[in-house]
Amino acid sequence: MSDNSIRFRPVSRRRVLAAGAAGGAVLAAAGTVPRVLRAQPAAIKVGLLHPVTGAISYSGQQARAGALMAIEDINAAGGIASMGGAMLEPVLGDAQSQPEVGAAEVERMNEEGVAAIIGAYASSISLATTQAAARYDLPHIVDVGVSDQIVSRGLANVFRFGPGFGKIADTAITNLVTINEAAGSPARTVMIVHEDSLFGSGLADLLNARLPEHGFEVLDTISHPTPTRDFNNVVLQLKARQPDLIIPANYYNEYVLLARTMLQQRVQPKAVYSVLGGAASSFRFLEEFPGAAQYIMDCNHWYDPSNPKSAELRQRAEGEGLYFTYEFFLDYCCVGLLADALERAGSAERPAIIEALAASTWDGHIMPYGPTEFVDGQNQGARPVNTQILGDDIEVIFPTEVASAEPVFPMPERG
Amino acid sequence: MRAQRYLPIALVTGGLALLPLVVTSNFLLNFLILTLLFALLGQAWNILGGFAGQFSFGHAVFFGSGAYATATLQIHLGVNPWVAMVLALAVGGLVGAMIGALSFRFRLRGSYFALITLAFAEVFRIIAHTADFTGGGSGILIPLDLRPANLQFEDKAGFYYLVLALTAGSLVITRALQDSRLGAWMLAIRENEDSARALGIDSFRVKLVAITLSGAMAAAAGVFYAQYFLYLDPGIAYGVGYSVEALLVPIIGGMGTVFGPLIGSFVLHGVDEATRGLTGDAPGLNLALYGALLIVMLRFLPAGLMGLAAQVKGIGHQRRTRQAHRLKEAGDA
Amino acid sequence: MLQLSILAPAVLNGLMTGAVYALIALGLTLIYGVLHIINFAHGALLMLSLFGVYFLNRLAGIDPYVALVIVVPAMFALGYALQRGIIARTSHGKDENVLLVTLGIALIIENLALFFWRSDTRTIDVPYAFDVVDVGFTFLSVPRLVAFGAAFVVAGLLWLLMSRTDLGRAIRAVAKERQGARVVGIDVEHIFAMSFGIGTACVAAAACLLLPTFYVTPQVGNAFVLIAFTVVVLGGMGSFTGALVGGLLIGLVESLGGLFLGETLGQIGIFLVFIAVLLFRPTGLFGDRT
Repeated sequence: MSDNSIRFRPVSRRRVLAAGAAGGAVLAAAGTVPRVLRAQPAAIKVGLLHPVTGAISYSGQQARAGALMAIEDINAAGGIASMGGAMLEPVLGDAQSQPEVGAAEVERMNEEGVAAIIGAYASSISLATTQAAARYDLPHIVDVGVSDQIVSRGLANVFRFGPGFGKIADTAITNLVTINEAAGSPARTVMIVHEDSLFGSGLADLLNARLPEHGFEVLDTISHPTPTRDFNNVVLQLKARQPDLIIPANYYNEYVLLARTMLQQRVQPKAVYSVLGGAASSFRFLEEFPGAAQYIMDCNHWYDPSNPKSAELRQRAEGEGLYFTYEFFLDYCCVGLLADALERAGSAERPAIIEALAASTWDGHIMPYGPTEFVDGQNQGARPVNTQILGDDIEVIFPTEVASAEPVFPMPERG
Repeated sequence: MRAQRYLPIALVTGGLALLPLVVTSNFLLNFLILTLLFALLGQAWNILGGFAGQFSFGHAVFFGSGAYATATLQIHLGVNPWVAMVLALAVGGLVGAMIGALSFRFRLRGSYFALITLAFAEVFRIIAHTADFTGGGSGILIPLDLRPANLQFEDKAGFYYLVLALTAGSLVITRALQDSRLGAWMLAIRENEDSARALGIDSFRVKLVAITLSGAMAAAAGVFYAQYFLYLDPGIAYGVGYSVEALLVPIIGGMGTVFGPLIGSFVLHGVDEATRGLTGDAPGLNLALYGALLIVMLRFLPAGLMGLAAQVKGIGHQRRTRQAHRLKEAGDA
Repeated sequence: MLQLSILAPAVLNGLMTGAVYALIALGLTLIYGVLHIINFAHGALLMLSLFGVYFLNRLAGIDPYVALVIVVPAMFALGYALQRGIIARTSHGKDENVLLVTLGIALIIENLALFFWRSDTRTIDVPYAFDVVDVGFTFLSVPRLVAFGAAFVVAGLLWLLMSRTDLGRAIRAVAKERQGARVVGIDVEHIFAMSFGIGTACVAAAACLLLPTFYVTPQVGNAFVLIAFTVVVLGGMGSFTGALVGGLLIGLVESLGGLFLGETLGQIGIFLVFIAVLLFRPTGLFGDRT
């Protein structure tokens, strides 16, 4: 925290150059190898399509950085062995936070001959890009895009590594019930605060439908636009109705404002239980506002802390001056998923890659998903994880087999 | 000769119609589709802004209403998309007439009119966000079903011809307008509304017709967007982006001209693509360069690209007076 | 009935948010009143100022309120240069061109910010960020109270400048009758640039007062720019009193709209008020009736 200046560098550009240089170095090294050895196989182009400018550019840039690091790693480890050590070559795309720009980038990437596309972070953009890629049977791995519509349109080229809404809402409720019952069921009333686009409102609808089935009473559901400039009114309502649980589902900026205002207005629920809370499992938030972040729980994309590779990757990301966010590690894993498929396909032909992805049983990732298994494009093992901010770290509290701490619930008085 | 007046439109449309035969790149075809889409949207703005002199900052309100109309009619009422398209144009015109009736009745001009259109676009965005039939913030997804009967095409060329037909239609309408008394009245109002009224022109009605026509045309662009991308949410449909795009294209191309929006759209999107090529993958640099080029264009082309064309022809005119009649045509083409 | 108990805090809260809107709108209304241009770069200039405050705090440990004395003059100079060097030269006296030039400037500033500083959300940590005043029925945030007071101070200073100084008199002369002003020997180009500079300085002041309770990203300006336009129109283009009252009013409408209609639908109140004002009183609440 003392030295934030290291985080100001335009890392993406530098990393692109570095990736290019690394690739170049490998090629150069190959060039010095005696010619009698087999020729260097052609690089496999991988489209990395993210919204790196515009409203959601932070997430897009994090996702791109994660994917680029994975490509570097795979190339450093010798590329795709079954294809004679072919290197992966990133083809970068910017969706500018707009679906139609994303779709246009798919067209460009297709012409540049990418073997597959990884992206496009937001659900609305992913809907457009997967559909555009479908025209060319171009394999498209969806990194985040939680809307279940993405994988329910019967597009054979689409594979989503992470969980969708339905799964996330189910897990969030199941774990909430478990946590609550373990503490003697102190919580009964709930208020949901969500952002009002596809992601927040879709989730709020699911929660509203399912929470009452488990004996929770939803006192109120407050939706707010992104950006929202001030949360005092929302917090006033929370304070007036005093729910046992507050469930926020929104993006980073709004989450931070909400959490800060709750602390300032001394709102004391039994738990802040976020579902895909924008900042609730963010190291940046914890670092900058440890007071407001303390004891916040989140059901979100998260890595398996018991996997030694995850700690190592986190260290490397932080070494690059990046926060280790879900966009970063999900995209890192998506590249690995593709590399595994390429390895088994032994070819950069699109149908072969699609077939290999569909048959994928890859477990080299750092997510608590188990080996991949795709049904209609959705990774069956994908699931969110419950985290809680305890002290100066983000601990996993569920599922128990990967948990690093016990949940603290109800949360103690915060000051 | 009246037919002659339409010759340039026929030639341009014919030329563009031949392109899919030579352009095999879907990337280029997609680029052309988007360029024509924004030319169509820009033409809609041009009728109201360039001809009638009423600057709108909120053309997204028509674009979005057309897009939502076609999507909701298909999904909730099972209307055939072709029919839905026609109805959506009517909806766009109706929204235009409503906003026009209100703001022109209250004699809003200049930036006041501009700001009220902006406010209406926001009101519509918020309504789309909270209403049920629009799908609220979750947006609305048109089922993927690639059949021409469904106004969805297997082939990019199908979409290209659709948007080209719409754009050509907008060119013809604009030319007809230019040659009509209605068009002359619009110009009179643009130049000086008070004198126009003094001459007996019913400025309220003329402006109302202009905004209705403009609304329907912008709705056509919205319909195309919905059919092409199959997903809408309030931020996409009613966002400020399309309002800005709608006015950028004709101002750069040349306001109050028939071909201005088309040329403006080609140049702006060409510049956009070129800046991407020039700046590589660094996020943001291309858009910054685009902004800089925009300023440069404004610096050196105060009357838009069509103004430049007229100027160049003007120099030729001094030497070759026999081209006088053609010049006149070019000057206001 | 529950909602009534939070009515009073919601009103106070709306007024405090409105003060920030007023601060941002003060500069915009000056620029509109004098130059008659709709400045699309206002949001980008706010963002740039916020980054200025942020870096001064993070790199040099300068308190945001102290940063006023650095950021405000710096942004004044930038505003002056932008008007003189770019806007005046490219507009050719056409309103639509001015509009697009400011749009171009906004694109450049926002995307260069994105390129150099990435789009991370940045916040500063000041010791008083969480301080509150207990007024019995609610807690009021100290930094927001400061911003509330500052809105009045800035509006007052602008009023003094316009009514009591030669510069102010010249600005008013140019705003009313630019040809006449030129005839009596006023350097109109200079006055235009001064006005743009002062307008930009106002937004810099707003940035210093806003950052303790807010954040900065390259896109942050977009959150405020539409609201600022609304405030300007509501108050009457060019009127400082109008911007102040308009800001407070919009804050109030937003707050109560949010309370009764929900935060999403509540935003509609702002624009309905805006439309009603345009229709029934297009000169705004305090605008010139000429």
